[in-house]
Amino acid sequence: MVIVLIGISFITFALTYLAPGDPVQAMFSATGVMPTTDVLDQMREDMGLNEPLLVQYWNWLTSCLQGDFGTSYQSKQPVVSMLLARLWPTIKLALLSLVIMLVFAVPMGILSAVYQNKPIDYIVRALTFFGVSVPNFWVGLILIMVFAVNLKIFPVISSGGDLMSLILPACTLAFAMTAKYTRQVRTAVLEELHQDYVIGARARGVPERKILWGNVLPNSMLPLITLLGLSMGSLLGGTAVVEVIFSYPGLGNLAVSSITAYDYPVIQGYVLWVAVIYMVINLVVDFSYGFIDPRIRLKR
Amino acid sequence: MEKKQNFFAKNKTFTIFGILGIIVILVAIFAPVVTGGIDPTTGVLTDALKAPSSDHIFGTDKLGRDVFARVIYGARTSLVAAFCVVAAAFTIGTVLGVLAGYFGKVVDAIIMRVADMMIAFPGMILAIAVAGIMGASIQNAVIAISLVTWPKYARLARSLVLKIRDRDYVAAAIVTGSKTPYMLLRYMLPSAITTLVITAATDIGSMMLELAALSFLGFGAVPPTPEWGLMLSEGRAYMTAAPWLMIFPGIAIFVVVTIFNMLGDSLRDILDPRQE
Repeated sequence: MVIVLIGISFITFALTYLAPGDPVQAMFSATGVMPTTDVLDQMREDMGLNEPLLVQYWNWLTSCLQGDFGTSYQSKQPVVSMLLARLWPTIKLALLSLVIMLVFAVPMGILSAVYQNKPIDYIVRALTFFGVSVPNFWVGLILIMVFAVNLKIFPVISSGGDLMSLILPACTLAFAMTAKYTRQVRTAVLEELHQDYVIGARARGVPERKILWGNVLPNSMLPLITLLGLSMGSLLGGTAVVEVIFSYPGLGNLAVSSITAYDYPVIQGYVLWVAVIYMVINLVVDFSYGFIDPRIRLKR
Repeated sequence: MEKKQNFFAKNKTFTIFGILGIIVILVAIFAPVVTGGIDPTTGVLTDALKAPSSDHIFGTDKLGRDVFARVIYGARTSLVAAFCVVAAAFTIGTVLGVLAGYFGKVVDAIIMRVADMMIAFPGMILAIAVAGIMGASIQNAVIAISLVTWPKYARLARSLVLKIRDRDYVAAAIVTGSKTPYMLLRYMLPSAITTLVITAATDIGSMMLELAALSFLGFGAVPPTPEWGLMLSEGRAYMTAAPWLMIFPGIAIFVVVTIFNMLGDSLRDILDPRQE
């Protein structure tokens, strides 16, 4: 765990070294000034760029641990405050799209499993297939075209302030996820339906509805929790494309614009933050098993 | 011959989508023939943003380039790039995973820790950062996505090798003097390869989507390369005036990804009956 954290931070730091240009020049070109070589050399010395790689990494890491991720080349603001300002809109977007996704995926998955190989199952499966094969940025563009440009129900550009501007991006994100989750729910419920206790309950004449709602559904929801955790993590990063389409002021949009401007401190801060958040969420998911499923708690 | 016919008759989905997949590949290879010699990168400015007609069945873009030709040539870019990603991730992941599983101890620890680190980054983030920082090009996009995809294969290969590592017949082979390369190639690799190939086949579609997404963000193909993600990004500005710029590349992605997803799924059903 600690080793992985160190590795993550090192990879993040080393990202800068992949760049063809050097950071000092990038910094000046971000502000639009072209300095002399003397100034460039002086800047390199001041920023500690002449030190060996590992020394630079150590300096960077210690200041990160103190909460200082440097200042943006472009806006001259501290990276931390820039990231914090964008974090909440992204979380809001991610949560809303998860809710939308669950509202569709769970009922569809259950219906599809209970009526396995009936028409409704085929319809749901065709829909999910459609969902995983369509690029979600295309869905976003089509949604903008239909609902924002032609019907003018929603704003084209999502400021992130009100619910109305959240709906389209959230739906776009939810679209692909719904397909994935519907399949998962279907598989989980089907698996549970074939357990011996279900056959036993049926044999004893327990009403089908009671088996379904009382036993099968609660039991099949466990794998869903893991997935939800993982999705929350990847949503924090995966919203980038959708945020760009809707000009949504979230983390992903900030990252993309920083990359185009070679604003390294912001990129590093972003990648490190998201990776750490992702790890923490995975850890929380692992621990939450014990609370949800008594069997796992007893085994420990 | 008779046996072959049985196979195709039995696996109708696979046959249908296999044929469709081959057609897509053929279209990509023979793009100049399919488009009737229209060049996808030269445009006639006076023909800019023409709606679909008999001259340009998918219309033209802002530079007067034929969208149909660009969509067809785009298949080349997407297919080659997606196959490269899957091949690279598959090869690196399989080799490292098999080595980690077979040798254990230090080798295993090092390889798997590196894999853990790569997995700790949510998929697209690292790909975007790597592709973006190295500079936009289709090669860099391929490298970036391969870089974040190989750990999946490495983990899978390792777990499959571990399953048979301690079997008696493996121990017997070692005792009777089988050399290490022979052990790896004849015992370890074959036990893992089926599952890995299935994973690779089902991955082609999603890799295409990721590559298109990178290009869409401007971190993949660069103009004037005909690439579907890039075309969507270019067409975005003309959403209302020229919706065909968005509709046709989107449909192209959808159709091709569907074909390869179906192909991957049916291959899994054939090779791995347990999943049924």
